Amino acid sequence: MDLALTIGIDALTYASWLFIVSLGLTLVFGVLKILNMAHGSIYALGAYAAASTVALFASWGWSPASSLVAMLFAAAAVAAVVGPLLERTLLARFYGRDEVLLLLVTYALFLILEDATKLIWGVNPYYVSEPYSLLGNIEIGKLVFVGYDLALIGLAAVCGLAVWLGLNRTVAGKVVLAVIHNPEMSASMGVNISVVYSVAFTIGVFLAALGGAFTAPMISVQPGVSVSVIIVSFAVVIIGGLGSIEGAAIGALVVGLARAVAVHVMPEIELFSIYLVMAAVLVFRPEGLFQSVKARVI
Amino acid sequence: MRMQFRGKRFGRPAALGLVAAVAWGGLAAPVHAQETFKLGVVTFLSGPAAESFGVPAANAAKVMVEAFNKGSVPKPYDKKGFGGLTVETVLVDEAGGATKQVQELRNLYQRENVDAVIGYVSSGDCLAVAPAAEEMKKFLVLFDCGSPRIFEEASYKYVFRTASHGAMDNVALARYLKSRNVKVETMNLINQDYAWGHDSRSDFVGAMQQLYPNAKAAGDLLPKFGAGQYGTEISALARQPADIVYSSLWGGDLAAFVLQAAPRGLFKRSQLVLSAGDHVLPSLGDKMPDGTILGARGAYGILAAKSPLNDWFWKTYQDAHGQAAVVQASYRMAQALLGVKLAVEKAMAKNGGKKPNADELAEALRGLEWDSPGGKIQMALAGGQQAIQPIAIGRTKYDAAKKMVVANDVQHFRAECVNPPANMKSLDWIKAGFPGARCD
Amino acid sequence: MAPTKALAFSLAAIAVLLLAGLAAPKWLLFLSTMAASHGLAILGVVVLMRGGGATFGQGLFFAVGAYGAAMASIQLGITDAILRALLGALAAGLLAGLVAPLLARYRGIFFAMLTLALSMVAYGILSKWSALGGTDGFNLPRPTVLGMMLDTSWADYVLYGLTVVFAALAAAGVAVYFRSSSGLASLAVRGNDLRVEYLGASPRALLALNFSIAGALGGLGGALTGLALGHVDPQFAYWTTSGEFVFAAILAGYQSVAAVFVASLLLEVVRSFSNLYFPNTWQLALGVFLLLVVLFRPGGIGSLWSGRKAKPARPEPEGEPAVACKEGTAT
Repeated sequence: MDLALTIGIDALTYASWLFIVSLGLTLVFGVLKILNMAHGSIYALGAYAAASTVALFASWGWSPASSLVAMLFAAAAVAAVVGPLLERTLLARFYGRDEVLLLLVTYALFLILEDATKLIWGVNPYYVSEPYSLLGNIEIGKLVFVGYDLALIGLAAVCGLAVWLGLNRTVAGKVVLAVIHNPEMSASMGVNISVVYSVAFTIGVFLAALGGAFTAPMISVQPGVSVSVIIVSFAVVIIGGLGSIEGAAIGALVVGLARAVAVHVMPEIELFSIYLVMAAVLVFRPEGLFQSVKARVI
Repeated sequence: MRMQFRGKRFGRPAALGLVAAVAWGGLAAPVHAQETFKLGVVTFLSGPAAESFGVPAANAAKVMVEAFNKGSVPKPYDKKGFGGLTVETVLVDEAGGATKQVQELRNLYQRENVDAVIGYVSSGDCLAVAPAAEEMKKFLVLFDCGSPRIFEEASYKYVFRTASHGAMDNVALARYLKSRNVKVETMNLINQDYAWGHDSRSDFVGAMQQLYPNAKAAGDLLPKFGAGQYGTEISALARQPADIVYSSLWGGDLAAFVLQAAPRGLFKRSQLVLSAGDHVLPSLGDKMPDGTILGARGAYGILAAKSPLNDWFWKTYQDAHGQAAVVQASYRMAQALLGVKLAVEKAMAKNGGKKPNADELAEALRGLEWDSPGGKIQMALAGGQQAIQPIAIGRTKYDAAKKMVVANDVQHFRAECVNPPANMKSLDWIKAGFPGARCD
Repeated sequence: MAPTKALAFSLAAIAVLLLAGLAAPKWLLFLSTMAASHGLAILGVVVLMRGGGATFGQGLFFAVGAYGAAMASIQLGITDAILRALLGALAAGLLAGLVAPLLARYRGIFFAMLTLALSMVAYGILSKWSALGGTDGFNLPRPTVLGMMLDTSWADYVLYGLTVVFAALAAAGVAVYFRSSSGLASLAVRGNDLRVEYLGASPRALLALNFSIAGALGGLGGALTGLALGHVDPQFAYWTTSGEFVFAAILAGYQSVAAVFVASLLLEVVRSFSNLYFPNTWQLALGVFLLLVVLFRPGGIGSLWSGRKAKPARPEPEGEPAVACKEGTAT
């Protein structure tokens, strides 16, 4: 029973983290049809920015609780600076082109951002662990869980709901949905496509940076965090279906469960359990678990 | 149309070919110097192992080489440079993986024309570069990596290790636990999934089986080297509470593990036992739980025995790099440099004062003994290629007044007590009950 | 290219490179060996790209080839370098052939993601397989060549020569393939696979064929890399290794086989000097370079001398478009 509970809670915490990180990726693909290989790098940017901001607030003598605000602020700052910059100067040149070409452009971006973070923040790891103990510990039976991890579950739910509601229950959201389904038709109906793209990309960047910012207290923020994150986010969005929010949630749960089970029961397969699931989904349901089959426009 | 096209087609590739040839030739300019000893130093300058390991080692190299060239090291190391030759260092980052390091090693010997290489913190890198150096017949000193299997699974003539390997750390740790009567009925293990982690784990479990025959291993985890995130592993460990949590984690991984596990109360329920933990103490400070039992893989830093050479080393290092405690990587770099210096001078005495080649250096270092800030180094194993040295284990305590972690209840062990003899493999020696060990 | 012409070019290149190698310093020989062996893997990626498939999983075959060459000596006792390289290529090619029919059902991003997933599964398996050394990998014993033991003083040159011969012959083969009916049809598939299907050819069969060729080339490259380096580890199968191959493939373009090796050499030079001289900016330089190539010379280096310049934005009315047509627009 203990084992099941531990696996369940670990799966849920890991899945929430995955969901926050992958939500931006799937949103960007849904709207702009770009599979952003630099998504992990933006996550890393968020983590580094959070580390710096938390340290800054602490040096100003603000309360430890302000570190949560600091992380939110860091994510927003990254989004505000990086989002429109990347989208307008780089990605806009390639709209409408082959999706693989865009994949390669984002790969180039990933290479650039890797070194950019090294140049700005140096090559040593940052530890910003104070927020991690902020919310105390919760004892369930014999096990101790950190309040922060459980709060992440809440954050994931909030993000997911916010995006879903924003897309499906607001006018602006409906416009975005229209653009997702048919950009040309929307353009001819008077929608400003470039603004929609820009805003959608910025929100995607914000979500990635948010994931990084709130994960920073749990890890050592060092060069290379982006490399493993991007692969795992790919697995999640592929499993759930590119462009689908519910898919990202389900994908995150599937991957979270697979990894939790692997670590607790069969640690040898931990490294590739995720990719095995991804490959299996690609083979049997390539559009993902939540994608309807689309007609191909030729 | 077609004709013109064809001429254009051959003109361009020919021009490009010419450019390529010139560039290729231009890259090939060799540089030689006789009055300097060029030393390649390879250690982590970026990534999780940099701040706690690689950079202290690189700093120690700089400090020592400067002292050598000035002749300001205490006797018998007071000759300027290496036997009069000015020492020049080429510093290379060890990051990027074993395959990359093999390429970098070749570049050091073949393009930078170094006379010797001292390097390698990661056992994975050591395992990869040792055969490469041996094949090229070039002099290589492994200064830090700890996996015993390097000289136990292969034999070398040109590759040396001037520090003890990991068996010593784990045997000493087990002996310390026994001598302090620490209760160990169950133990949790968490180690990195590569040579160092595997070997440390087997050596510790083996040693414990000799000294605590009833102890059982409960959790046994092997996360990836460099993972940095241990939430799930900590849950798995917390689910099976044990008397001790043993780990050979090091560098950024260890720092991350301690920072993530402490808030979850893991160390309130279990005694933390670290085979190589001293180097994270300066950065963790009061975040390291008091009473952690740890080693420094030698009698180093806050665990060091007092000696004039140690005092000189500590002062020289702190003058250059600030008041933080000197950690194991710096010590090990220093002892490697001191050994190489003596070997060069011994070889020069034998060959009439010329800069020694790889064969002469190897012959000089084989079986050598010398004093270092961490005690006496004896090249006693693997035919004189592998060193043994003394070690100390202690308990941590954060001293708020000094704002640093100090060591209490320190116990020293002689080299012959915790190192295998020359004719036995470490694991065999441990499993046989440490035959021939001389502890007093 | 006609077979005789390709072979002639190849032999000429071999002769020139072998001669140049005699004068070159050892480190340059080694660098060129790495460039040639990696170039083979990149050539595989180019073959696939030319047929419309972008792969982020070439690392899988690179690793299989390298581990295959290693296992050939450990398990089968074969020490000859040529045999081991061929065995590595065979192992990778067989694996590619087995997996190809499955993969050929996909296009575009899904194809890329599936290859990436397979490569990462291989990475995970190799990392945890302690008999193969786990994450440390293991060292390959020095090979013999045609029965002769390799002496330290000329081992580098012999391995260089071997790699150059393999690379040049493979390049000639690929050049001939590019002009064959399958090769030309692949180019058409890249442009618009649906139309090719209407015309009666099978894009799936072509993609599977290209994938198998790419796998075999990747395996050959991996085997030769392992033999020259003396060390293999699971990092060969990691996605960033495949990413570097893709980068070089884009740089080279698919119009000239020689361009592939030039691009590979460029990458090796940057990599070789980067650690010592610009460790924290070389990836930035590569990324910027990739963007410039994609923006201004989508046809890659090869288009510099193949005479067919790729026009960035508009699809060409005749000949093959260098960039796939815009989806959703009628041409």
